[in-house]
Amino acid sequence: MADQVDKSQGIVSAPVPKSGFLDMMRRFFDSDVWHSFKSSPITIFAGVITLIYFILAIFGPWIAPHDPFDLAGLSLMDSLLPPAWMEYGEARFPLGTDDQGRDLLSAIIYGSRVSLFIGFASVILAMVMGIALGLISGFVGGAVDAFIMRAAEIQLSFPSILIALLINGIIIGYFKTHPEWQVDQVTLAYFVLVLSIGLSNWVQYARTVRGSTLVERNKEYVQAAHVIGIHPIMIMWRHILPNVLGPVLVIATIQLALAIITEATLSFLGVGVPPTEPSLGTLIRVGNDYLFSGEWWITIFPGAALAILVLAVNLLGDWLRDALNPKLR
Amino acid sequence: MVAFIIRRLIQSLFVMFFVALVSFSMFQFIGDPVNQMVGVETSLKERAELRERLGLNDPIPVQFFNYITDAVQGDFGISYQQKRPVSQMLVERLPATLELSLISALFSLLVGIPMGVYTGLNRNGFLAKCFLTISLIGISLPTFLIGILLIFFFSVTLANLQPISIFGLFMLDPKIFQLPSFGRGTVVDLGWWTTGLLTVDGLKALIMPSITLGLFQLTLIMRLVRSEMLEVLRTDYIKFARARGLRNRAVNFGHALKNTMVPVITITGLQVGSIIAFAIITETVFQWPGMGQMFLQAVTNVDIPIMAAYLMLIAFFFVVINLIVDMLYYVVDPRLRIDTGKGSGHG
Amino acid sequence: MADPLLQVRNLVVEFPTRRGTLTAVDNISFDIAEGEVLGVVGESGAGKSLTGAAIIGLLEPPGQVGAGEILLEGRRIDNLPYEQMRRIRGKQIGAIFQDPLTSLNPLYSVGRQLTETIMTHTDMTPTKARERAIELLTEVGIPAPARRVDQYPHQFSGGMRQRVVIALALAVNPRLVVADEPTTALDVSIQAQIIALLKKLCRDHGTAVMLVTHDMGVIAETADRVAVMYAGRIAEIGPVREVIKNAKHPYTHGLMGSIPAVGHDAERLEQIPGSMPRLTDIPQGCAFNPRCPQAHGRCFRDRPEPLPVEDSRVACWLYDEANALSYEDAKRAVAAKEQVSEAQLEEQANV
Repeated sequence: MADQVDKSQGIVSAPVPKSGFLDMMRRFFDSDVWHSFKSSPITIFAGVITLIYFILAIFGPWIAPHDPFDLAGLSLMDSLLPPAWMEYGEARFPLGTDDQGRDLLSAIIYGSRVSLFIGFASVILAMVMGIALGLISGFVGGAVDAFIMRAAEIQLSFPSILIALLINGIIIGYFKTHPEWQVDQVTLAYFVLVLSIGLSNWVQYARTVRGSTLVERNKEYVQAAHVIGIHPIMIMWRHILPNVLGPVLVIATIQLALAIITEATLSFLGVGVPPTEPSLGTLIRVGNDYLFSGEWWITIFPGAALAILVLAVNLLGDWLRDALNPKLR
Repeated sequence: MVAFIIRRLIQSLFVMFFVALVSFSMFQFIGDPVNQMVGVETSLKERAELRERLGLNDPIPVQFFNYITDAVQGDFGISYQQKRPVSQMLVERLPATLELSLISALFSLLVGIPMGVYTGLNRNGFLAKCFLTISLIGISLPTFLIGILLIFFFSVTLANLQPISIFGLFMLDPKIFQLPSFGRGTVVDLGWWTTGLLTVDGLKALIMPSITLGLFQLTLIMRLVRSEMLEVLRTDYIKFARARGLRNRAVNFGHALKNTMVPVITITGLQVGSIIAFAIITETVFQWPGMGQMFLQAVTNVDIPIMAAYLMLIAFFFVVINLIVDMLYYVVDPRLRIDTGKGSGHG
Repeated sequence: MADPLLQVRNLVVEFPTRRGTLTAVDNISFDIAEGEVLGVVGESGAGKSLTGAAIIGLLEPPGQVGAGEILLEGRRIDNLPYEQMRRIRGKQIGAIFQDPLTSLNPLYSVGRQLTETIMTHTDMTPTKARERAIELLTEVGIPAPARRVDQYPHQFSGGMRQRVVIALALAVNPRLVVADEPTTALDVSIQAQIIALLKKLCRDHGTAVMLVTHDMGVIAETADRVAVMYAGRIAEIGPVREVIKNAKHPYTHGLMGSIPAVGHDAERLEQIPGSMPRLTDIPQGCAFNPRCPQAHGRCFRDRPEPLPVEDSRVACWLYDEANALSYEDAKRAVAAKEQVSEAQLEEQANV
């Protein structure tokens, strides 16, 4: 009998969870998500790579040895120099220079910055739009739901690159035929890219969010909240959104990789960022012309930089999907 | 079955109508077509005549109706840039794109499905893990970069290599592996179709573009087949098939693979469709004279009739492929074939 | 007497995880004789389905047999290579799973799944196999079998599908059938039919059955003997009448008390306080000790091994002779404790 009493006391005196930031961190480091990160060397590697790219993107201007946008600093004498370790290479330009004498390393750092910026901006646009439309679709239902989902279905059956190209063409065409809009070339290019990539990728978020909204909407606590007069928007914000954050985060990570690829592709096709402030895709496009004449580094280095960035983000996305949903393998 | 197909046909028509609406509204959105079609020196009178002839003074719904009736008859208007009928330009370039797409689709299916099955069955095998890693790299490499890398290796590097001696037996000239990096090579004109499949030159020219175009789909199909395979292998009927002592081969290829095929057909259908659209990139890299290249030029030049026609053509291909996919379901899944009214019993 | 058909000796089923190995089935032993129906009952998670899966050699990884052996007709089968075990599955040991709706491959006709099973284990020609398939469907009570044989699973109702599953399990006359919750997913009205069918067929063919279920009613009707499992261990095993009428283990006693009986005028159904421990925190000693009304010092220290009591074997220290408690004493103790706990319950209810 005495044993039993001891046991029950042991249960009562179990550590009571504390709230607060520190505790949140502790719980995170104790979680399965963190554990699966820790136990996968390749994921850690991908994480480190991604972090390096982020740091380069944020602090690029202080890290890069040259300013590739500063046209005054360029000299045609320096053009088409090979990487430093090759014959005729110079230590000033570790990865060589392009046709205008730009330092390729600096151009890649600035280019990654542009690629990441456009990638993030378009993912955020797609996410906000997708979540909003998904919530509305799931919560309002009826004709609104049918319309949004039908549009999503049609859009989903076309590859996003095609949609992006179309939107891109239309917006550029609009500004070409409406010269009264005085816009700067580079700003316009950024705007068009973010808009076209964002608009072409909202569907997945909307579908996921709509699905969970439909499930949650009929649960009793939501109905109860409704009955006591809480505004539907508050209900959606407080109760439904937290439930879909996991899947949305997974989609966003994978879409970031896709957005970076799409931006690079559009720039490569010549409808993206102009060569004056090149992204990785623009650099590859420029370098492609020199591939046959032997100046391979102008294409290959930006290409490798792009591939490594996308691969790292994809690896993180893959890991995140598995870690947040152990059933999917 | 007939009812089902009719329903799908109506849905397809709805999709085509929607796409036509989008195509049509592009004309409305981007300024006055007349300004695009005429030079600076054209007089106002001539402009007005042209406007009347094009029917631009009609009410918008009438214009839309005319646009659709013309499109159904294969008339997509005149290119702003080239002043030629768009349909004629499309017909010229259609064979190049379709041939490229078909070969890439076959490549991605014939390689992707076996690889997916293999990696699904040998989940922890070394080779399977290699395949998966490679597939992730395949997904991470943008299509145009794959093309550039292939060109760099097979066209540029190989051309600069010296012949090497193999065990002192014979000289191997790396140049025999060199592949053409642009154009279709020699094509045979069959009157209604031009093909590169009948000449060695044409076939060689197809290799790199179709690998470039198919690689991304290949990795997607492989990963899809793998995950479906894993999903199916966990089901009760597979467990029960094992419990009945069926041979491994019967369980894996008879029971599991067949059940994997339903979702694989869906996605594959979509993928084959998107190959045609993705050809835009590959055609640019390899200067392949197809529709995609034309579409891209149209985007840069804001040549709306071509953009609109291309969009509708792609949509048409999608719709047709989707219908074929629906037919395939009937072949694979008996639950759709027979209507007993108890169909909802599953799940 | 010859060897029993199936012998399970000190079987351990474990799941290696990153937080250590979980033991889901912990050192259990039992026999099944030729033609005998052994019922296995317990709460979900007690390890009964895993025991069945271990016997047919289809534990799902990472689950594995950690120790012990399983013998079929005196021959060890738990360590056979996959291919040899495959030849035994279906031919000597059949299996029936819980959900008939998902046990059949939706893309193949019922006949094709039957002939495939028959032809794998015998050298019948396709025509003969088809005849046999129709025969089997007749036997399990499918009307118009000659027509139904070419139909697909979705054209059958749930009960009919479970009949097909039974036909599949018995297709080549196995010696033993492991039936894992064969009626749980079915309508109550159909459950009895299926159980009756299973019982009849196995009696006709002399097939032994290991019937895994949490339904004591099914056991009472069907089984010859019953094993009661708790937290991966066998609490009590014995002839079905004895276990039901005269439960010895405090857990079994509680289990029987929780079954409503027609005509028996109970004030309320008894319930066992608390719930089964999770695999991660099975207490030291007897796994039932936190919930047991008679737990005493030794129960928290040492794990009880099954002890023979009358015709049963019971894993409980109350029946240990060294414990100085006679069986009669133990029974009295059980009764006394029960009154106390009932009084406590009422007290709680009043508060």
